[in-house]
Amino acid sequence: MAAVIEIKDLVKDYKLGQVPVHVLKGISFEIERGDFVTIMGPSGSGKSTLMNILGCLDKPTSGIYKLDGISVGDLNRDQLAEIRNKKIGFVFQQFNLLARTSAAENVELPLMYTDTPAPQRHQRAMKALLSVGLAGREDHQPSQLSGGQQQRVAIARSMANDPKIILADEPTGALDSRTSIEIMAIFQRLNREQKITMIVVTHDPDVAAYSNRNIHFKDGKLQLDERIAQPRDAAKDLEQLPAEQPEAVAAA
Amino acid sequence: MNKLIASVRIALRALTVNRTRSALTMLGIIIGVAAVIAMVGVGAGATARIQAQIQSIGANLIMVSPGSISSNGVRLGSGAVSSLTEDDAKAIAKECPSVAAVAPTVRGTVQVVNGNSNWATSAQGVTPDYMTIRDYSMMSGEFFTTQDVDAAAKSAVLGATVATNLFGDNDPTGQVVIIKNVPFTVAGVLTPKGQSPSGQDQDDVILLPISTAKQKVLGANKANAKAVSSLMVQAMNPQAMDQAQQELTVLLRERHRIQPGEDDDFSVRNLAEVFAAQETSAQVMSILLGAIASVSLIVGGIGIMNIMLVSVTERTREIGLRQAVGAKTRDILSQFLVEAVTLSLLGGIIGIVLGLTASLLISHFANWSTQVSPLSVLMAFVFSALVGVFFGYYPARKAAYMDPIEALRYE
Repeated sequence: MAAVIEIKDLVKDYKLGQVPVHVLKGISFEIERGDFVTIMGPSGSGKSTLMNILGCLDKPTSGIYKLDGISVGDLNRDQLAEIRNKKIGFVFQQFNLLARTSAAENVELPLMYTDTPAPQRHQRAMKALLSVGLAGREDHQPSQLSGGQQQRVAIARSMANDPKIILADEPTGALDSRTSIEIMAIFQRLNREQKITMIVVTHDPDVAAYSNRNIHFKDGKLQLDERIAQPRDAAKDLEQLPAEQPEAVAAA
Repeated sequence: MNKLIASVRIALRALTVNRTRSALTMLGIIIGVAAVIAMVGVGAGATARIQAQIQSIGANLIMVSPGSISSNGVRLGSGAVSSLTEDDAKAIAKECPSVAAVAPTVRGTVQVVNGNSNWATSAQGVTPDYMTIRDYSMMSGEFFTTQDVDAAAKSAVLGATVATNLFGDNDPTGQVVIIKNVPFTVAGVLTPKGQSPSGQDQDDVILLPISTAKQKVLGANKANAKAVSSLMVQAMNPQAMDQAQQELTVLLRERHRIQPGEDDDFSVRNLAEVFAAQETSAQVMSILLGAIASVSLIVGGIGIMNIMLVSVTERTREIGLRQAVGAKTRDILSQFLVEAVTLSLLGGIIGIVLGLTASLLISHFANWSTQVSPLSVLMAFVFSALVGVFFGYYPARKAAYMDPIEALRYE
């Protein structure tokens, strides 16, 4: 399988006043197309910075980052925006849905910045909502949905424009354990059925157990990079759990 | 185009989320635009009124009156001598090519009596040319003729004010009025002209043949039986005014045997120039009112900028998210610009409606004619859009150039 992400000698420095802080100290790795990778590490290990660079929100100080064969370091602000639009889907810990906006319109958001005509936008949003199990909720606003449902809307949004990779930053951080497994089940299914490369940053070793590969960070360097031979199947784990409780509407 | 419609929809949604705030923000523009429309309307109304008054005194008029003379070093005031005569009038009419008509006038105040009503008014001894020069028309009857002037006929033409005061609603034509014990037959009544630019009632007048006026009513000048109070001269057209003025000055100096270097013994006034000054001052007032009102429009714009800045800060996370899913710099820029312009345009439209209503109310209750031109409405509309673009640009730019990472993390 060809690599969708190639990183070589990646360095990122920040200037904190006069003192330069080395956040990423020369990292090299590749992620293959269709892989499911979790990234772990303590706070300050540089994994957020790496996520920002992988998500084309930030540029490296030096080194090479190629996404789907495109060298990102040479691109300007608007070209990066286009790459994010076409190749990357984002899932955040706090969902980041637009308030007072229906689920369908939230999912359509990435398509608003393409030339897709309105009827087609709506059609694709409905398809994405269906695949995360939210058919029939398209007119609900975020405040009318539970935390797990909101995160599912966010996942639908991340896949609306058929991205090459989905970047999820602590996607289960604000959810209870059962809902977390539901989210992981959706990720596994998208990964398996639609061949979308999944990259998930997490603190939770249980979450990491659902991935194929686990990368550990410490002090701006790769500490551990292991293949998981037998990833857990989230869908099966759900069946083991006692019958589903009615979901409480998220307080936030 | 598709994207623009989408931006307008996003903007309208964002504005309806905070209805009270949007309304209050628009209020500045609403008041500004309404003030501009109403004030410019008031100013234009005043200008139009003065223009109508200038029209009423007659077109292309030059007034020649006896001037000051100095005799042995003592300077006498204007009108102190009766230097102008009927012969001067005839000479000007004959010899000045730029002059269309000349009307000599004698003036005095008389008591006019009809039965047991009486009225004090200004009597003017004139020739039939006076009617054309002053652009009078007859409401009833006829103006007296040149024959009447030659024969010193006891014929009078009444102004509308005089007619009403002496005859009430009855038509005075053919009736008799008595001036200084002399009976005059009323030949006709003038169509009312209203106020002159200087505020005089132009209808409070009685016109008599100049010959009769001198002999029977006002009394002839003992030294010079042909002396007149003033000459009304009408130029051929507006462009000939200066030329006519020059010609008659040269002619009169010659006729009055004034040596080079000596002062004129008459004075020439271009009436249009005098009243044009008033018109200018009305226009200046109009511009001034408009300018003051525009200041409130600018204040309204600053209000929009203020609220847009607050809105951009509040929606930092939304901006970060939009950037993350692929919004380019100009997408964010246009989103917030469209929002600001929507605010200001909506305010502008409401302001126009309010301004039109206000100017209607002003003309209805303050009895002050207002004129709202379509141009000023269009200008107000365009200007309020420009205010939105101008004051919306800075907040929109701030939003468009946010760092997506910081924006996403913003609490």
